Amino acid sequence: MTENNDNIIEVKNLVKYFPLRGGLLGQPTSWVHAVDDVSFNIKRGQTLGLVGESGCGKTTVGRLVLKLIEPTSGEVIFNSKNIYDEKFWKEKEFRRNAQIIFQDAFSSFDIRKNVENIVGEPLLVHGIAQGKELKEKVDDLLKLVGLKPEIAKEYPHTLSSGQKQCVGIARSLALNPTFVVADEPISALDVSVRAQILNLLKDLQKKLNLTYLFISHDIRVVYYLSDYIAVMYVGKLVETGPAEEVFAHRLHPYTEALLTAVPIEDPKMRASKEILQGEVPSPVDPPPGCRFYPRCKYAIAKCKDENPELIEKSPGHFVSCFVDFHGSKTII
Amino acid sequence: MKRYIIVRLLYTIVVILGVSILVFVVTHMVGNPVNTMLPLQATEAERAALRHQLGLDKPLFEQLTTFLGSMVKLDFGISWWQQIPALGIVINKMPATFMLVSAAMILSIVVAIPLGILAAYKPGTFLDRFLTSASLIGLCLPPFWLGLMLVLFFAVRLGWFFTSGYGTLRHLILPTITLAVVPMGHLAQIVRFSMAEQLNAQYAITARAKGASETAVLFGHALKNAATSIVTMGGSDFGRLLAGETAAVEVVFGWPGFGTLIVDTIGRQDFPLLQAEVFFVAVVICLINLIVDISYAYLDPRIKY
Amino acid sequence: MSNNTQQGIDEKNSKSEVKKNAFQRFLQHFSGNSLALVAFILLILIIAISIFAPFIAPYDPAKGNIVNRLKPPTLERPADGGFPHILGTDQQGRDVLSRLIYGGRVSMSVGFTVVAIGGTIGTLLGLIAGYFGGWTDLIIMRIVDVASSFPGLLIALTFVMVLGPGQANLTIALLLVGWMIYARMARSQVLTARESTMVEASRAIGCSMPRILFNHILPNVISPLITTFVLEMAHMISAEANMSFLGYGIQPPASSWGLMIGEGRQYITSAWWIVVFPGLIIALTVLCLNLVGNWVREEFDPLQKGRH
Repeated sequence: MTENNDNIIEVKNLVKYFPLRGGLLGQPTSWVHAVDDVSFNIKRGQTLGLVGESGCGKTTVGRLVLKLIEPTSGEVIFNSKNIYDEKFWKEKEFRRNAQIIFQDAFSSFDIRKNVENIVGEPLLVHGIAQGKELKEKVDDLLKLVGLKPEIAKEYPHTLSSGQKQCVGIARSLALNPTFVVADEPISALDVSVRAQILNLLKDLQKKLNLTYLFISHDIRVVYYLSDYIAVMYVGKLVETGPAEEVFAHRLHPYTEALLTAVPIEDPKMRASKEILQGEVPSPVDPPPGCRFYPRCKYAIAKCKDENPELIEKSPGHFVSCFVDFHGSKTII
Repeated sequence: MKRYIIVRLLYTIVVILGVSILVFVVTHMVGNPVNTMLPLQATEAERAALRHQLGLDKPLFEQLTTFLGSMVKLDFGISWWQQIPALGIVINKMPATFMLVSAAMILSIVVAIPLGILAAYKPGTFLDRFLTSASLIGLCLPPFWLGLMLVLFFAVRLGWFFTSGYGTLRHLILPTITLAVVPMGHLAQIVRFSMAEQLNAQYAITARAKGASETAVLFGHALKNAATSIVTMGGSDFGRLLAGETAAVEVVFGWPGFGTLIVDTIGRQDFPLLQAEVFFVAVVICLINLIVDISYAYLDPRIKY
Repeated sequence: MSNNTQQGIDEKNSKSEVKKNAFQRFLQHFSGNSLALVAFILLILIIAISIFAPFIAPYDPAKGNIVNRLKPPTLERPADGGFPHILGTDQQGRDVLSRLIYGGRVSMSVGFTVVAIGGTIGTLLGLIAGYFGGWTDLIIMRIVDVASSFPGLLIALTFVMVLGPGQANLTIALLLVGWMIYARMARSQVLTARESTMVEASRAIGCSMPRILFNHILPNVISPLITTFVLEMAHMISAEANMSFLGYGIQPPASSWGLMIGEGRQYITSAWWIVVFPGLIIALTVLCLNLVGNWVREEFDPLQKGRH
């Protein structure tokens, strides 16, 4: 497979609207603008952190990028080929390259199957191994994520939350993918286990040269793992750029709010609290104008009527905002 | 709310039309009432004459449209058996069944709901286990057989009640008890289950921990939250009973109600009467369902129409 | 016998982990619920007796000696020899016990057939509705909703009225009014499964739709299915008894439990046994089916109990 650029994945103008059905026969009466014209690239071996509050559409982006749901419009180019074009990417083949780690590992398992079956199923389905060879490969995968091979005979409900998540990670690595979407992989875990899993993900990335799309609502966690950050709000990207840069110089009021909402221990390092007021607009048939307008302290008249485009305000750092906002203090 | 009522009304019309048409088509296509009504020796000519007299020799579609046209005017024709308007017969017989069913439902509610609540409040006690077993067993007894057992014991052996008939309170007691057993069993189970569910909810555990007066408030809340399930079950049983499930029990007790009417109608293959019965029952069921659904709006604040 | 089996099993294992054979693993499912075990055994017994009726029933259920009519239950042999009429004789001199045994055959087979055929058709419709969604789902479920609002007994009686009474027609009538519950249940199971993260994960690793359906969805759907089948069988046996009692179900000279009660009703004051025993056996069978059905529901819900 020839790669003529080092973007493993390019997302172009991705749109996904969900119909809300009403009426006697259930015709669509309005549309949920889950993902509204989102574009980004991820370079090989790097991590893009997609961050936003719940309902902003980031999970939908993760599904779209993996061909688990179909976009309303837009393209997803993987290794220079459109994933929705059957000529270039047969579905099964694509799956060997792009995998997902779920937020709630337990609900993603068939609870009637044991760990070995769960982790080994991809190998079985793609005809890569069976029987004894399968067992060996499963053991290798379990070791890779730090689990003892004895766990292979266990059933998911007997495992701790951390172990469950590791099993999920092991399964996603079974096919040796190059690209992994991690959808809130630590949000459902006990705080004590989170760091472990984060570090595991970091190690695996180095070891296996993985590319991550890391989805989370916690910008601090995203910062820890990501090379690039994309901030999403009600279906649209409001700020994107290198992680260090975005974290140090927040150019969008929402990014600022996300950051200051996270408790920081050292009082000297805390920025002024940006407490958001106002209503979150519903993604159903959203009004024109900037979606952050109702909650933005810095809004001007223009913000109500027009939706700002993503503009490069400093090298590689894109913001969609009419106002020349700068985050108050450097946090790091 | 308005849209909801319109949709429900539409649905009701579909059900009433649907069941009436179904019964009409099945009886007129497959049934052969003329053979039941005439003695075996009747000649073919006599059968043909009767068929013509009853209008059964016309094409099915024509019969159907004629019927539907009359049905809209609530005219179900003359009963073949009693030679008087069919709907009138149905309306005549309904009050007896309605009285019996109402009495049975009231008895079930009065007995089952308090017991169910108590059992949920004190789970694992003798009362709870007794209630669970009793309702389980009660639901397994064939109602008509239970009626016969009660007649055997209380009316024949002990002479306390009448073996059959209709008219006084003494006539009403045994059939009411017989008919009440199944709804009682259903209600006891659903009340206990729903209340237990509520009482295990976070808000309930907190309230109970806080003390006695909290507990009283708690019951109000728990009961209200459990109410939709209870009303659903009660409404379903009420509708079922009125829809003719009283038939066997009415036969056992000689109760001259809608159930006995149905049994006779089937025996005599009286089509007009059957159509009237089916129509009536469909209306009653839809009405009860509508009332139950509307009650949800009052019982469950989450539901808005 | 159980001791030898145990020894035999122990001897086969040198590993520290005791391997349980299938039977013992099966028995484990009843731990803590001995009532369900008793019900299960009784049910098997009733079914077995029904199946082997010709070998177990002491008399021909249709032949009766008028001389012997309305004799109470007794352990004494009758005057002309033969097995004692343990449950008495009915109004035609027929042995009640034999009629009960053969009647069980009829009642159980009606119940079983209705559930098997109606259940299969209903489940298939539900699976189709749930899997395909869209218009298919809409149409099928609207039909299910409307049909569920129809008065069941009345419609069943109508079918029997036009088709004529008898076992076959009764079976047809009952399954025509009873299929909807399976459709609802199957559809809801498929919908839940379809939207589940588990199915999403299966797709993500590349499972084909058939594999997902048979390997992942179906095993999780089967236990609610079996529960419904068992509980509905109890309903159908009651329904058959009801209709036969009214005279619109099984017809003489065949016997069914409900028919026996209906025929014996007028003799109740002089010969209570004709009515009491059939009713008791109906109640017992329905009770066992309910207990087993509840046990299946609780035992095989993988979220409630630990697996294996």
